[in-house]
Amino acid sequence: MSLLKLEKVSVFYGTAAVLKDISFEAGKNEWLMLTGPNGAGKSTVINAVGGAVDYSGTIYIGECDRKTLKPRDTAKRIGVLSQNHSIGYSFTVRDLVSLGRYPYRKGLLNARDVSDEEMVEKAICEVGLEDMSGRSLLTLSGGELQRAFIAQLFAQDPSVLLLDEPTNNLDLVYQKEIFDLLDEWVKRGDRAIVSVVHDIGLARAYGTKALLLNGGVTVAYGSTDEVFRPEIINESYKLDINDWMKKLYSFWTEDHRKC
Amino acid sequence: MQLKESKNRIESKRLPQWEYLAFIAAVLITFVICIGLGSVRLPVRDILGYFGERIFGISCEYTLRSTPQILTVRIPRVICVALSGISLALCGCAMQGLLKNPLAEGSTMGVSSGAALGAIVAIAFDISVPVISLASATVMAMIFAFGSIMLILALAYKLDYSLSTNTIILLGVIYSMFISSIIMFITTFASEKIRSITFWTMGSLQGSTYTEALILLVVLIVAGGTILLKAEELNAFAIGEDNARSIGIDVRRTRLIILIAVSALIGTCVSIGGSIGFVGLVVPHMTRMIVGPNHRRLLPATLFAGAAFLMVMDLIARTVLRPLELPIGAVTSLIGAVMFVFIFAGTRRNTK
Repeated sequence: MSLLKLEKVSVFYGTAAVLKDISFEAGKNEWLMLTGPNGAGKSTVINAVGGAVDYSGTIYIGECDRKTLKPRDTAKRIGVLSQNHSIGYSFTVRDLVSLGRYPYRKGLLNARDVSDEEMVEKAICEVGLEDMSGRSLLTLSGGELQRAFIAQLFAQDPSVLLLDEPTNNLDLVYQKEIFDLLDEWVKRGDRAIVSVVHDIGLARAYGTKALLLNGGVTVAYGSTDEVFRPEIINESYKLDINDWMKKLYSFWTEDHRKC
Repeated sequence: MQLKESKNRIESKRLPQWEYLAFIAAVLITFVICIGLGSVRLPVRDILGYFGERIFGISCEYTLRSTPQILTVRIPRVICVALSGISLALCGCAMQGLLKNPLAEGSTMGVSSGAALGAIVAIAFDISVPVISLASATVMAMIFAFGSIMLILALAYKLDYSLSTNTIILLGVIYSMFISSIIMFITTFASEKIRSITFWTMGSLQGSTYTEALILLVVLIVAGGTILLKAEELNAFAIGEDNARSIGIDVRRTRLIILIAVSALIGTCVSIGGSIGFVGLVVPHMTRMIVGPNHRRLLPATLFAGAAFLMVMDLIARTVLRPLELPIGAVTSLIGAVMFVFIFAGTRRNTK
């Protein structure tokens, strides 16, 4: 059973189509990498599924058509991490993470119950911010801030995570940390991740499936082995990927060190 | 063990009951001071005696014979001041959260001047809204306030989708200037109908009545109550609209509800006291420094701070140049403008 399924989804800005007839699905424990050159429409896919832009076609979340779901019910099933968080007020990490429980709150007062608090604490621990839960978001480093937002998603406990470049602007250590964290998450229970990832190396290493977009249309879709093939990548990026990867990684191989 | 410890921390972070009691006490004390001071100074004994007589029917010997007469004028005014302070501060707080913009406020966004235009149009051209003809100035002020917010936000979205601080403030300033020129046109054509232009542009709550206090109270309970119930949604908007959408908030609907509540409050305040600027900027900002940005604590605290702040401002307006009375809007604008510069400088530093 697929957790998220798109059927011929198109998005128009005015009369120009930025996304044309995109179809894909993500099932249990799958991590689908959306990739492609700048302006390919990757973020638009996230926006359409997340509800930020109107679309034509059908998006199924579990068994349900997205358009029939109420916002809170959608939020119990999918969580979205957008790009670039500019923080304006000094909310604490716990303030941010406890917002993840919003879809489960009841009544006019959005009353919190004990299980909500427990979920929040658990999520904070999962991303390793337990010592910083009272800290202001304004004082966090980029990696810590990203982990705080991921903790919010964990507290929200959806079955599908949509991530728009989750490690954008983060250094190598944070990249690895966050990808490992997400990898661990997706492997437990009925969960899937759909993420925009620019770094083909990372996408290849962590993804189970991939969708390569270019100019708003699907170039290739399938398992990572099927999509990340030199002839496909070269065509889309107008680049010799073998050459480029060799150049990048030749310095780090055992052979190189022996020389 | 660790979990338990952090739970205790949550408990201690909630605003304890006694703090609310302290807030209420502070507001009541400010209230008594404000009705006691003015062109004539009344002894506290007389004030308490007056309340004793009115509420419990205990007859009272006044040390100052004119006390009851002075108080029948002063009490409704101070009540109106307090309620206006609450309304304006709540509106500022809600807009700053909703737009994720620490400078958003009725006067910086041109909403107050829009509302003033509505009230002036209603009076100058004798426009009466059917059914509620008595309150037509109030209704017109509300409609114009809402129209102003929508117009500015629509323009801002068109120019800059992220609704950045600078775009909104710039548009607000341009819009305010535009509106003041229209107000000037109307006053030249219909000058005899408007008591005084300064009343609407600078604001004054001189001569407010119990009826006006009641109107303010009703609108405050409905619209202010709505805002208070949206604390969690405002938290999410203050972090970012994308985040609000992700956690399941109906972004469009929530934004519309809050903006309607804000327009109703600002419209009512302006139609009763003219446009009193910068209250919605100064009060939430000071309160945020004390209780933090979480709207679950910030909104209730703003309520008390707004009442106390405007009562003190009104007191200053009444007493500094006794027996002359300054317009209260002039006093708040003076303090607010200085504050504005500091906050603006602060946000510039943050974005760099």
